[in-house]
Amino acid sequence: MAALMLRWSCLGKRWVLACIDGGSRHGRGAAIGLTSRRKRGQSSVAQQPLIAVQKSRKGEHEWAAVVGLEIHAQISSNSKLFSGSQVHFAAPPNSLVSFFDASLPGTLPVLNRRCVEAAVMTGLALNCRINKKSLFDRKHYFYADLPAGYQITQQRLPIAVNGSLAYSVSVGKKPSQVSTRTVRIKQIQLEQDSGKSLHDEPRSQTLIDLNRAGVGLLEVVLEPDMSCGEEAASAVRELQLILQALGTSQANMAEGQLRVDANISVHHPGEPLGVRTEVKNLNSARFLAKAIDFEIKRQIHELENGRKILNETRSFDDKLGCTMPMRDKEGKQDYRFMPEPNLPPLLLYDTASLPPGADPQQVINIDWIRERLPELPGKTREKLIQQYGMLPEHSFTLLNEVGLLEFFQNVIKETRAEPKKVTSWVLNIFLGFLKQQNLAVNESPVTPSALAELLNLLDRKAISSSAARQVMDMKRGNPRAINKLIGLVRKATLSRADPTVIKEILERKLSS
Amino acid sequence: MSSLLSAPSALREDALRRLKREMWARAVKLGLRSWVGWRRGFTSKADPQRSGRVTAEVIEHLERLALVDFGSLEAVARLEKAIAFADRLRAVDTDGVEPMESVLEDRCLYLRSDNVVEGNCAEELLQNAHRVVEEYFVAPPGMCSPKWLNRLSLSELRI
Repeated sequence: MAALMLRWSCLGKRWVLACIDGGSRHGRGAAIGLTSRRKRGQSSVAQQPLIAVQKSRKGEHEWAAVVGLEIHAQISSNSKLFSGSQVHFAAPPNSLVSFFDASLPGTLPVLNRRCVEAAVMTGLALNCRINKKSLFDRKHYFYADLPAGYQITQQRLPIAVNGSLAYSVSVGKKPSQVSTRTVRIKQIQLEQDSGKSLHDEPRSQTLIDLNRAGVGLLEVVLEPDMSCGEEAASAVRELQLILQALGTSQANMAEGQLRVDANISVHHPGEPLGVRTEVKNLNSARFLAKAIDFEIKRQIHELENGRKILNETRSFDDKLGCTMPMRDKEGKQDYRFMPEPNLPPLLLYDTASLPPGADPQQVINIDWIRERLPELPGKTREKLIQQYGMLPEHSFTLLNEVGLLEFFQNVIKETRAEPKKVTSWVLNIFLGFLKQQNLAVNESPVTPSALAELLNLLDRKAISSSAARQVMDMKRGNPRAINKLIGLVRKATLSRADPTVIKEILERKLSS
Repeated sequence: MSSLLSAPSALREDALRRLKREMWARAVKLGLRSWVGWRRGFTSKADPQRSGRVTAEVIEHLERLALVDFGSLEAVARLEKAIAFADRLRAVDTDGVEPMESVLEDRCLYLRSDNVVEGNCAEELLQNAHRVVEEYFVAPPGMCSPKWLNRLSLSELRI
């Protein structure tokens, strides 16, 4: 049975529980407890009889999963949270470390203004209440990459609380079938990052690089309002876009600027919540949904076989596609929280409470920051829909692909073609082309001006749409397409142009 | 409480002696029954079964968390006395009084501008390290799990 479970997860099936709609989670007393997405392709249909058989053997209870997230985003700043050493991704080991970061005796923390502003901006963008007074605490634990033996965080009174994040999930096979969900934000707090440890197994040692130690982090705690991997992944993606739009974090998961820990439990609807496990350090958007779904399945499987879920920490092995226990917790971790004795409370002001004659460098005005918040992704999408009449799902695609929105806007600027045409070309043909060639938008051989020109020709009916598509083909280096285009141009010039000249001009244009 | 433990032992013994004298005087005055009642009230917030004793479990837990060594029964006894001494604070009525979290609560938290002014001193930092490999600090293996604390004694920790 274990092998069967493993195979399901490794095949990457989306056995998403109760993700379809709030309603369908409870209503169906069907034999199949796992409400799988029937529309997701052939193989899922083939698998169904197996699940049905299993379910009727074990009982016909439905399961609901509960997923909460703790997201750590590295603040985009020049220097660290409490010291003046640089924040930079790749640098020689221990070269970006100050005496405070190395926790040498006699050093004290000095708070970075930019990090506070970043936290306030993020709190405002996520509809949080900004606490005008917040406190710093020490969280104690021993680990080789934590030189002080404690991390300065904000446990008792964080800088922002009670917000919300809206995201959308697809609820059917058609791209237009999307539903907006909201997840509550419990709190946002400022905390220090730890250093990096590299395990050198053969020589039985651990190498420590403190370049990352002390970098400012925003911890965003999402309440357990999500119920599957896809919802969690969508919420994280939306948070990424918001952070990037604000400029508070580059939120690049590959570079470790955004790290997600998930708290997962399962229970029968109507009954109390089950024991939860924590899946730590999900550092890739791709594996986030996969890991969460696997853990949900694993827990259901354990419970249905009469076993209990241990309140433990697990990590995701992406090669095997499963979660493994990380370290056995001998009882709950006791962090011995205490107030940070070296830092007074952090006080923020608004226009009404701003002390007169205060040094502007030493006070932070929440209203001032609110007025200068950049446009958030939700607003950008709204504007696209209104301005260009595009469908909601198109606006999502435009924002989801890095650089695509800018590309689109540049094409719009330079072309006379209708916005709907531009949208269709950019999202279908251009994006499809990029995906096929496995290129990012900024690596595209086709510039916005080139595409704009092509669309102008199309608009003027100087070339047919099939000819335009062939130009794109050509960019793929398809020689046949080039010859075809030469033929078309000849036809257009009523066979008066010299084919070799045409070829030269085309090649010049295509290579530009 | 750590400051209490680090206070000069003479002062501590003095205070404890005074406290003991006071306790007995009151007990004699109030009589045996009220003494029992008072004592129960005294330890009401602590575990009544422990009645002032710190269990071996808690000692082990503290040793793991704080990397201290309660090597002898005497040390444990001293800890219990220190806890009892500090418990006298509960006699003070603090209803409706905001706790003071920091003596700095009236000070201004200085905000530093986001400029790079430190770093680039790897050599200096590494010169204090016992072992170094190519500009990395070296830690013994398994330092990354609490389990090692159970295996190593304090002397072995001097790496």
